[in-house]
Amino acid sequence: MSARLDRIGLVFVLLLAAAAIAVPALSLGVPESSPFSLPPYLVQLFGKYLCYAILAVALDLVWGYCGILSLGHGAFFALGGYAMGMYLMRQIGTRGVYADPILPDFMVFLNWKALPVAWWGFDWFPYAMLMVMLVPGLLALAFGWFAFRSRVTGVYLSIITQAMTFALYKEFFRNDFGFGGNNGLTDFKDLLGFSLQSASTKAALFSASAVALILAYATARAMIGSKYGKALTAVRDAESRMRFLGYRVETYKVTAFVVSAVMAGIGGALYVPQVGIINPSEFAPANSIEAAIWVAVGGRATLVGAAIGAIAVNFAKTWFTGVFPEFWLYGLGALFVLVTLFLPRGLLGLLLAPPRDKAPTPEPPALAVEEGADP
Amino acid sequence: MTLADTANPTLTSSILYLDGISVSFDGYKALRELSLVLQRGEMRAIIGPNGAGKTTMMDVITGKTRPDSGEAMFDGKYDLTRLDEADIATLGIGRKFQKPTVFENHTVEDNLLLAVKAPRGVRATLFGRAEPGVRATIDRILVTTRLQDHRARVAGSLSHGQKQWLEIGMLLAQDPKLLLVDEPVAGMTDAETAATAELLREIARTHSVVVVEHDMTFVRELGVKVTCLHEGAVLAEGTLDQVSAHPRVVEVYLGR
Ligand SMILES: Nc1ncnc2c1ncn2[C@@H]1O[C@H](COP(=O)(O)OP(=O)(O)OP(=O)(O)O)[C@@H](O)[C@H]1O
Ligand SMILES: [Mg+2]
Repeated sequence: MSARLDRIGLVFVLLLAAAAIAVPALSLGVPESSPFSLPPYLVQLFGKYLCYAILAVALDLVWGYCGILSLGHGAFFALGGYAMGMYLMRQIGTRGVYADPILPDFMVFLNWKALPVAWWGFDWFPYAMLMVMLVPGLLALAFGWFAFRSRVTGVYLSIITQAMTFALYKEFFRNDFGFGGNNGLTDFKDLLGFSLQSASTKAALFSASAVALILAYATARAMIGSKYGKALTAVRDAESRMRFLGYRVETYKVTAFVVSAVMAGIGGALYVPQVGIINPSEFAPANSIEAAIWVAVGGRATLVGAAIGAIAVNFAKTWFTGVFPEFWLYGLGALFVLVTLFLPRGLLGLLLAPPRDKAPTPEPPALAVEEGADP
Repeated sequence: MTLADTANPTLTSSILYLDGISVSFDGYKALRELSLVLQRGEMRAIIGPNGAGKTTMMDVITGKTRPDSGEAMFDGKYDLTRLDEADIATLGIGRKFQKPTVFENHTVEDNLLLAVKAPRGVRATLFGRAEPGVRATIDRILVTTRLQDHRARVAGSLSHGQKQWLEIGMLLAQDPKLLLVDEPVAGMTDAETAATAELLREIARTHSVVVVEHDMTFVRELGVKVTCLHEGAVLAEGTLDQVSAHPRVVEVYLGR
């Protein structure tokens, strides 16, 4: 990581921190008639972008720094989202259509008599939060353990991550899988007793997302800066060399993969109360591919770039789908191609110095060798 | 390991013991019943024409390739055919590749840092502090490999010869018991070659070393016992003069 990149990271963190304070202030403290007032729907929209940015930072940690192009990270995001959704469902209680104190509406509708074991404990917030991290983390551990130990890499790894998210997509569609089938989980009322409809809850969720993004960035940055991070990038660049140096490459990869999945899960958990629904479409393989595009557009192996890419692309998506709804996918494809061709280091590459740290010291290599090697 | 093996004095006194190793790739026999014994503290030069199986032999020793048959023992007691690359490296076998492979995006210093003998686990690298002697070790190796003025440079920007030296430096940092060095002077100038020979002789004082090299001037400068491989088996063994006078060796090198 260059010093310049770190400075950009610091600016980014400060901006996020400022937003975490300013957005609630503008949304709640300024009268609606003022031009500076932020309507709650915008607060919610920006909050959603920040959750995507968390997913992007998580993906950049494994893709940018360890060369694992996961095209299944949307699954970890969605699992975190479902865990949060389950808590929110159980908070509805007797306010549901069927007013069952225990069973969520869809279970009553399906004529279920008892709460499935998987749903136990989800009325308790700390347990639900634990599951937000544990479920994606354990899936990543199991998946990573098998994939990395069998030395699956490159395109093959990307393909099986797609298969993973696709399998979950199919499962979650089934009613008897127990998570609301194709309707998913929705009609949430409140979170920790605060109404999800109120402007103050929306502002608080925005700030929580900003703080979570700062923490995700800081965690990833700390990992990259440690000797572990150096080893991780070395694995990315010359995996077998690292084995011959005595490193257990698979443990390095699994660790990064699990941390990344947990981060993605937290992003998903913050996303669900802001959009008000979680359904199987969040597992759609295309979602995971989109996340990889955000990272590529923003700049791989930069962390900040990934976050900026997620925010920028989704901003563009909101605008685009408003104006030409049918053409968004073409627009996204074109953006991806353009960035790959003209900005190999992504949007952030525009802010960074010439490639790598090579350029500043002009060295006549031939001469240097002679001087160095003459006995 | 059987009782008979334990009683085998050649095995117990050796750092490396290869016996009857065979490897085939899709029917092509890269190694045929290769046997080779290296004493503790010995440096050995391996020569042989292209495709003789020199690199494949190193692949077998370091766990990259599993032999179809034969025995490969390290330090008289470890069966190399049952261990993987990381285990074998941890036991104390270091390797320099034929094509220099350094971490191109890391600085020279970080390349050495990753190689320095230290706990390799995730917990140690993620939360551990740098071990006390590491900095001094790196400084010393930078001097030995004449890279002291390049410590902050990205390894990818080094010249070919410097990369070769950095890789030797990484081997030193690992401080293995046995070093396998594959074509260390390929692409080097005469002066660099001579310096490398000197460096290897220095290293050999405290380590066991196997050097593969085509450059006969260099092999002569090493001044050690030579093994000539051909078609996956040992053709001749002895001093360089003996080996190069061997009729079969002459035949192979001159292609009849
Ligand atoms: N992974 C592999 N798959 C198929 N054939 C292989 C493989 N590795 C080596 N070989 C073949 O085995 C033979 C021995 O190769 P090896 O690399 O050991 O030779 P070498 O003595 O190191 O030669 P050189 O001096 O050119 O480096 C060659 O014919 C090579 O093509
Ligand atoms: Mg070779």
